[in-house]
Amino acid sequence: MSTETTPLKKRHRRDRWTNLASDVALWVIMLIFFLPVFWIILTSVRDRTEITSFPPVWIPTGLNIDSYLILFGFPTPEGAFDMGGAIPLAKYATNSSVIALVSTFFALVFGTLAGYVFSRFKFKGKNGIYLGMMLARAIPGIALSLPLFIVFARTGLSDTIQGMIITYTALNIPFTTWLMDGFFRAIPKELDEAARIDGCSLWQAFLNISLPLALPGVAAAGIFAFLTSWNEFALASIITRTAHSRTFPPALLEFTSSFVSDWRGMTALSVLMLIPAVIFVALVQRQLLEGLTSGATKG
Amino acid sequence: MTDAISSKTLPRRKPSFQFSEKHLPIAMVMPSLIIILLVVGVPMAYSLYLSFTDFTFTTAKNVHFIGLENYYTLLFKDELFWPVFGRTILFTTIAVNVEFLLGLGIAQLMARAVRGQSLARTLMMMPMMFAPILIGLQFKWFFNAEIGLVNNILYAITGQQQNIPWLIDGKLGFITLLVAEIWMSTPFMAIILEAGLLSLPTDPFEAADIDGASGWQKFQLITLPLLMPFVYTAMAIRSLDIARAYDVVNIMTGGGPGNRTELMWTYVNRLAFGGQQFAMGTAMSYITVIFSFIFTYMLFQNVLKSRWAGDMEE
Repeated sequence: MSTETTPLKKRHRRDRWTNLASDVALWVIMLIFFLPVFWIILTSVRDRTEITSFPPVWIPTGLNIDSYLILFGFPTPEGAFDMGGAIPLAKYATNSSVIALVSTFFALVFGTLAGYVFSRFKFKGKNGIYLGMMLARAIPGIALSLPLFIVFARTGLSDTIQGMIITYTALNIPFTTWLMDGFFRAIPKELDEAARIDGCSLWQAFLNISLPLALPGVAAAGIFAFLTSWNEFALASIITRTAHSRTFPPALLEFTSSFVSDWRGMTALSVLMLIPAVIFVALVQRQLLEGLTSGATKG
Repeated sequence: MTDAISSKTLPRRKPSFQFSEKHLPIAMVMPSLIIILLVVGVPMAYSLYLSFTDFTFTTAKNVHFIGLENYYTLLFKDELFWPVFGRTILFTTIAVNVEFLLGLGIAQLMARAVRGQSLARTLMMMPMMFAPILIGLQFKWFFNAEIGLVNNILYAITGQQQNIPWLIDGKLGFITLLVAEIWMSTPFMAIILEAGLLSLPTDPFEAADIDGASGWQKFQLITLPLLMPFVYTAMAIRSLDIARAYDVVNIMTGGGPGNRTELMWTYVNRLAFGGQQFAMGTAMSYITVIFSFIFTYMLFQNVLKSRWAGDMEE
């Protein structure tokens, strides 16, 4: 025994140094990944002249929230430079929120039902349907946007909030199904079966036994669906034509292609767009992680 | 299964109830199926039809069926197709591999970090919340030749003004796009793999320690095999999002200058809306669909195999 303790001790001492080194490496990498986010926030509250000056100004000389005031349509000392009239920010925010929330809701309802069925039943064509759903999700947005452009124009769904909601619901169902399938698999089948023996109908067993246990999964799937809808660009840029249904991502492109010199306005709009996403993810970070990995652990 | 047995052995008291019970699973899948068929299936079928025609917006009233001509033109006559195709393969191969290796490295560091694990994870998740379009926009600004952050940092280090045209030069542009793509997708890999590392059993590692295994041996022979389900999951989800690169490229370079950073997805956009060749665009889009399907199939089959191993035995 005594011969073994010495190398182990040595190992522990070396571990302390490798631990320190790996911690340092981790924080350096974190910094690299977080630096762009930090820089965007910092730039949005700078004085406008600092952004284009050379040599570069690293630390802002003062706090300046004019970029936000301009976005919200308040009068500022600098005026609404470069903007050619107020952008309908409130309208974009409403569109984005309504479309993301409603489509997430429908995707969760339908996807959870489908996920439950895939996790609990065997039926003819199950593998085919499942694969079909995943392939539907794998179609690049740009490829789907071409026919949708024409189909929606003919059915009058072009540039409508309803059209966007239907599209995003379809976009989010496969992934929700996949996540929920994994989550329901993690819940023992025996619980359902016991409830069935006690006289519950299939529907009651689902609603009262499995669903409550899978709620963390629903939260995770919800976050994913929300982020996808909130951030989607390829389809939104084709379906939405005007402020009537336009969401943030295509609005952002429009904003920068017309006022390309206003980098500060861009960063301010970016920060505003990021806030709901950050709040959402911060709320259910743990569930998100569980939801993504439950399929793997239960494999 | 139980339904089949009970209906044989027990007298059917409530036939209508039994009917609905038997069909309930199908009814529960139906809404999802119908919506996907309407929003994805039907339009994609229409798109397939269009790809066999000479449809453009100006000749919408006078459409001819021309069979595989669009595909033939793209594959054998178009000078841009093969360079674009090759660049896309190169781009996705480099991106996915670098993201995986970086993600694995970061996951290892995060999993063994003593302090600040959850703060690190939260910071790491930030890029996941960004819209790809936003990432494209930020990186376009960071790599701006005159006022970009990257050239400014180079100035701070070297003391000389740098006006490196990151987005104008073809090769540099390709690298710049890769940097944006890797920044966008690595955190996701890292977080899934970290969760995997944290869930690994400790016994095999203790046994290996006693046997005097080296760090690399432990990683190669224990960590990696046990981590594979998580690798598959991360890769599978990644495969579904591979075309998100379109948003980034579209806004950073738009495929330019002079098609030098064009990828298949931006090329679809260029053909359909820029070049007035809508049908050609749909043909190109079907090539991207096949590309995505192959990619998804390669990465997804392992997940399905492991998850449905029990189901498929029957």
